[in-house]
Amino acid sequence: MEQITIDISLKDKMLALFEKNKQLLFKNNSKSMIDIKNNAIAKFNEIGFPHTKLEEWRLTNIEPYLKAEYQHHLQTKPIDVDIESIFQCEVPDLDTFVVVLFNGRYIYKHTPLTKLDNGTIIGSFEKALEEYPEIIEKHFNKYAKNDKNGFVALNTAFAQDGIFIYVPQNIIVEQAIQIINIINTTEEVFVQPRNLFIVEKNSSITLVSCDHSLTQTNSFSNAVTEILIDENAQLNHIRVQNKGKNSTLLNTTFVEQKNYAMLTSNVLTLNSGFIRNDLDISLNGEGCEANLYGIYLADKTQFVDNHTFVDHLLPNSNSKELYKGILDDKAKAVFSGKVMVRRDAQKTNAFQANKNILLTDEATINTKPHLEIYADDVKCSHGATVGQLDNEAMFYLRSRGLGEDCARMLLMYAFADEVINKIPIEALRVRLGNMVSKRLRGELSVCDQCVMHCHSKSPTQFNIDLSKL
Amino acid sequence: MLQIKHLRVSINQKEILKDFNLEVKAGEVHAIMGPNGTGKSTLASVIAGRDIFEVTEGEILYKGKNLLDLPPETRAREGIFLGFQYPVEIPGVSMANFMKTAVNEIRKYKGLEPIGGADFLKLMEEKKKLVEIQSKLNNRSVNEGFSGGEKKKNEIFQMAMLNPTLSILDETDSGLDIDALRIVANGVNKLRTKDNATVVITHYQRLLDYIVPDFVHVMYDGKIVKSGDKHLAIELEEKGYDWIKQELEANASI
Repeated sequence: MEQITIDISLKDKMLALFEKNKQLLFKNNSKSMIDIKNNAIAKFNEIGFPHTKLEEWRLTNIEPYLKAEYQHHLQTKPIDVDIESIFQCEVPDLDTFVVVLFNGRYIYKHTPLTKLDNGTIIGSFEKALEEYPEIIEKHFNKYAKNDKNGFVALNTAFAQDGIFIYVPQNIIVEQAIQIINIINTTEEVFVQPRNLFIVEKNSSITLVSCDHSLTQTNSFSNAVTEILIDENAQLNHIRVQNKGKNSTLLNTTFVEQKNYAMLTSNVLTLNSGFIRNDLDISLNGEGCEANLYGIYLADKTQFVDNHTFVDHLLPNSNSKELYKGILDDKAKAVFSGKVMVRRDAQKTNAFQANKNILLTDEATINTKPHLEIYADDVKCSHGATVGQLDNEAMFYLRSRGLGEDCARMLLMYAFADEVINKIPIEALRVRLGNMVSKRLRGELSVCDQCVMHCHSKSPTQFNIDLSKL
Repeated sequence: MLQIKHLRVSINQKEILKDFNLEVKAGEVHAIMGPNGTGKSTLASVIAGRDIFEVTEGEILYKGKNLLDLPPETRAREGIFLGFQYPVEIPGVSMANFMKTAVNEIRKYKGLEPIGGADFLKLMEEKKKLVEIQSKLNNRSVNEGFSGGEKKKNEIFQMAMLNPTLSILDETDSGLDIDALRIVANGVNKLRTKDNATVVITHYQRLLDYIVPDFVHVMYDGKIVKSGDKHLAIELEEKGYDWIKQELEANASI
């Protein structure tokens, strides 16, 4: 009963916060956006936070993480941060355009919104609301489903800032966009970034997101990302998660794909406090392709949950999904992958697999791959495996002179490699491969700099003056 | 080099090796023959250090050291090599990475510097030729997608890379066509020196036409029941294992 009381209290607090800060939350919002937000808060009021009695949250108990006395910073504060002095890219040959979310807010050196020569717009969601209201208006909340769970509705109601990316038609964005998402604060914060990525017809872009926390303070991040991949467009999205043990991260991503649109998603969870990734994909076109890859490495008492939902609405689309996990100590992981093949989605090919290695008796994986098929001419498969390292392979390696630890490392790395080698950018693939082996050897701590920029010689060097934020 | 004395080995309370004795000296090639289920592969696994077997009695001395005290990797670093009857497929581990790690672990054990990248690649190419491996081996995963013949060639290739003192080849001939058999046998012969020794485990005399043994032992029911020179293998081929069984029964009835 006590937990329910606490849940209600945070819910009430959020409702009150919304009422009190409408002026801030509705700043630069159109009438229709205000309606969306009012409806979203009503939805949140109706359904509240998800709990373990709901099937989708049965194994993911979020309630303990709602207890802390979180601070909510809705007021934008002036910032003056030299991003380049913070981030020195350590990945050779990786030339990216870097944008930064700091405690859920966009920070920048020169300008909050950049328009490239080819018309691509990259920057702050809040600023885009001011400068490109017609784009936001057209897409905001068109792909997100506020009834999915209370967190999505809450995020919609409180949507203020996040990353905004717009790629106009017929543009190949050569340079990858790197999104650094950092939580670094001494107080317990609750942040709700809202991201919107639009890739128009025949265009293509690669995004590298890095979710990172630098302090051991409790933090709660409820992020929602909406993505449109229009006809014949392509998005590669690589997500690297390296979070501290006291951080809670909910990452809900909605993707809408039109005819012949292609998505490749790689989610690499190297360290997690409590992470839940929800990937909700609508293949709302013919000839779409969605490739979803994931790897999660967890130890101690870390928790990582990947929920995916691929909705085949129309014919001739392919989806392919491979998630792998290595769990040590008392780590827990959840995988739930659902593929829906609607009545009209004939000639669908859908493949789904989740493979896990448990290194101890106390590590836990709950895996649930499932298919729901209403069309009769489809090829679908799904499967899950849970096992230990192969003893035959261990002996084979050791019989050639490899020590036990070395052999174990090699096998774990080999297991992870199937996912790592799907990363489309070579420099990143090599770098992340190294990160994974470092992680498997226990040498990667969350106190390193952001995974993408980690250099072991000098650990944390984030000298952001918090008083300026 | 290798002395096996009164060795008794069980798995799941079932005794497989029963008072097994064998001595192998440097420069020698021994062949161990015998029908299925007499403990030949168990012997090979126990020498290499597989821990699923329980040694209940006896000892194995290798260069004077008690082998049974050592983990499999130390045995390998001391120069013992097991050619697997069923080489294990390891997806995601490249042959180059695997062999480089193995070579360097052995070098480290001997107090040598790790091998350089260029020297290593040269060594790989050189040893590939020994077993006539044409394909690009380096980036292929260990044994993954290899044909039966390729897997066995790969075992001898690894043997060549690691340059062992004592090699135990467990049914290296099984599943090979006659050309592959010749290639594998030639590889083994080229690696023979007066300082190393080879124990060849096989069902058939055929392999011994190519790898000519100094001694042939016949194993039956967990121990060696008959030893001789290469002519014993030929006699076995002619008369079959029933001949050994009958002889044993005849001896028992006396």
